[in-house]
Amino acid sequence: MHEVLPFIISKINYFIYIILMMLGMYGIFMKKNYMKKIIGLNILQTSIILFFISIGAKNNATLPILELQNDHDANVAIQAVNYINPLPHVLMLTAIVVAVATLGVALAMVIKIYKDYKTIEEDKILFQTAEDTIENE
Amino acid sequence: MIWQIELIILVMVVLFGIGALTTKDLLSAAILFGAYSFMLCLLWAIMGAVDVAFTEASVGAGISTVLFVSAVYRTTRSTDN
Repeated sequence: MHEVLPFIISKINYFIYIILMMLGMYGIFMKKNYMKKIIGLNILQTSIILFFISIGAKNNATLPILELQNDHDANVAIQAVNYINPLPHVLMLTAIVVAVATLGVALAMVIKIYKDYKTIEEDKILFQTAEDTIENE
Repeated sequence: MIWQIELIILVMVVLFGIGALTTKDLLSAAILFGAYSFMLCLLWAIMGAVDVAFTEASVGAGISTVLFVSAVYRTTRSTDN
């Protein structure tokens, strides 16, 4: 037992990542409201971002900006272990922008659906479309 | 990376996420989602990803909340689940 708790604390980011991912998938699959589905989609996307940032994070390291190199010791090699890995940051910067673009498109579609059906509950919309097809036949 | 602060913020992230998904009022869901994004922004800043934190604060917590609130005003506010 006393070995499990330090393991969980040292990997707490990854456990929270799994919890957030399951929360987002629960929102997408189980919620009937389209706005709640979009919120679940965003939570899923941010959980992926949390995973990638956790890969790049490092203990006892500083921001990925080079410290000032003096002229007389310009030959000193840069130790990569002293800096946080900036590659996942750059990738996730793109992912955030893509997330807000998909959010805008999804909300525009929700507004369009509300204009057509006067509701944004999925079960009511399915019921209405089923009624329409029965009337047409 | 101070793990006490990180733990508190991670717990708050999960709580705000659950609150945004379970509340019956869509406007409060939008506001809770904005709080969720802001907690994530603080988390990125603690984990050393300041550029991601900056973008999350402006885009995630700012523009997303504005889009959600405007969409709620153009549609309906209450929901069944």
